[in-house]
Amino acid sequence: MRELLVISGKGGTGKTSLVGGFAVLAENKILTDCDVDAADLHLLLKPTVRETREFYGSKKAVLDHERCTGCGVCVQACRFGAINMGKGRGNTKVQIDPISCEGCAVCSHACPWGAIAMKDNLSGYWFISDTPYGPLVHARLGVAEENSGKLVTRVRREARSIAEDQGLDYIITDGPPGIGCPVISSISGVDLALIVTEPTVAGTHDMERILELARHFDTKTMVCINKYDLDEGKAEEIERYCRDEGIQVAGKIPFDEEVVNALARGLPAVAPADNGFNQREGKASKAIRELWMKVSSYLK
Amino acid sequence: MVIAVASGKGGTGKTTIAVNLALTLERDMPVQLLDCDVEEPNAHLFLHPLLDVSEKVALPVPVIDQSKCNGCGRCSEICAFNAIIAIGTHVMVFPELCHGCGGCSRFCPVSAISEEPREIGVVESGRAGQIEFVQGRVNVGNPLAPPVVRAVKSKIDARQVKVVIIDAPPGTSCPVVASLKDSDFCVLVTEPTPFGLNDLVLAIDVVKELDIPFGVVINRSGLGNKDLLTYCRREKVPVLLEIPFDRRYAACYARGGRLVEEFPELKEAFWGLWRRIRALATTGQTEFRGPS
Repeated sequence: MRELLVISGKGGTGKTSLVGGFAVLAENKILTDCDVDAADLHLLLKPTVRETREFYGSKKAVLDHERCTGCGVCVQACRFGAINMGKGRGNTKVQIDPISCEGCAVCSHACPWGAIAMKDNLSGYWFISDTPYGPLVHARLGVAEENSGKLVTRVRREARSIAEDQGLDYIITDGPPGIGCPVISSISGVDLALIVTEPTVAGTHDMERILELARHFDTKTMVCINKYDLDEGKAEEIERYCRDEGIQVAGKIPFDEEVVNALARGLPAVAPADNGFNQREGKASKAIRELWMKVSSYLK
Repeated sequence: MVIAVASGKGGTGKTTIAVNLALTLERDMPVQLLDCDVEEPNAHLFLHPLLDVSEKVALPVPVIDQSKCNGCGRCSEICAFNAIIAIGTHVMVFPELCHGCGGCSRFCPVSAISEEPREIGVVESGRAGQIEFVQGRVNVGNPLAPPVVRAVKSKIDARQVKVVIIDAPPGTSCPVVASLKDSDFCVLVTEPTPFGLNDLVLAIDVVKELDIPFGVVINRSGLGNKDLLTYCRREKVPVLLEIPFDRRYAACYARGGRLVEEFPELKEAFWGLWRRIRALATTGQTEFRGPS
């Protein structure tokens, strides 16, 4: 069983569209969406949710106004500015802002009156679903919640266990943007990180940061240049950079409005083989097919 | 006035909107631009600021004085992040997991724990033309972005500056919340695709949770489908500006160009955006009439 992660650093370079294409092309696989705070893969794969599980991230401080004397020890103890003295008097003064609460519990330990408890906080859900392309594990982090990294870890653990049970060959993961906590949780231990970039100054800059992160975690990488023909000069610069760094450019996908049109219809950019694709396959779809051949032959 | 530019989905054009709004306003009023996408800051690629100040952002992480530690394990009970673990009489610290809450050192019964700063990122500031520019960068490999975001926002200069523009990271989780908190208005940038709409709805949940007035900018309009506009109309979400998909705009962005300087029609459009933001943020009315 081999794990492929599709990431980009910069958002909107086409991660989900690519994974949607791979979902059509790859056989005997499970798909996961690790962009848990703005998941989109389900819009292409049309999952039927089989199981819904609750996700509890960190705990949150909750004040018992009956016990609180308004002494203010907690206000001093909190380093995240989550506890403030309001306008009220006595036990109505202290206010805890759950959005700023980091869940460290220092206030609760510090309170001389035992007035602050740490309560479990439902931070989101994760799902095991069936799709026409195979099983999908995905998640939904609650609004303005923390612990996206923990939720990613949960999703990955479940996907691995399903892949092992069913003897699947691949785990294909749609990763989050950025280089922070959910990305770090997504990248650890994968067999290949495919980095999707675009020929723009921002795409190049962000690709360099995500490559640095992959090096930091000793992860094998390949690069794919999406919409490469929007600026062929920039695309060549990216290729040169990758050559110098010893990173394989596994694919170059042209800009093709068919990708947006398919997406607008809620379909992957690659048509299934039994749809007569070879007759009228778009140029982007063809490039994604070639890319998958390269990626899968590396993973074999 | 603090205006945050955000989006659920990445790559919709947050930086484009933030940068070009700042460029539109800079000659008429003092403007500060804060790049709070500290994982992947990009605004500098378009503004080329002269960054003459660089400050480290550090978190206080525990250091154990082994000569005082009696191995009681209180620190590892206190730590909610598994950043400090006592195995027998040996205490181990995992600094990259530490949130800097100070619990371990505060509650160590034998005062064996002190704190030392651990660098997690940097805040750089300077000028780009008339624009006062600040950006944060989290160190590669460090998972904690919000403290760097908060350090960038500590540079907000509300007395000297009339308009503060925040370029936020994508998503809906803690780095986004840290960026948006206490803003007077939020511009949500999206695109007319199912991904754009899905993530806009999530982003609207966030700004509503934070109680920030907001409006939407539709980028690359003309591509995709009509569902986004239908949604905005139905939910009475103000559409502040639509930027049509145009290969010339895409090419300008690709090479790091400035839309409002190359396309006069967009300069006009960004003035309109500013007027609508100001009207919505200050009076709550949906249309502003009169001179800028």
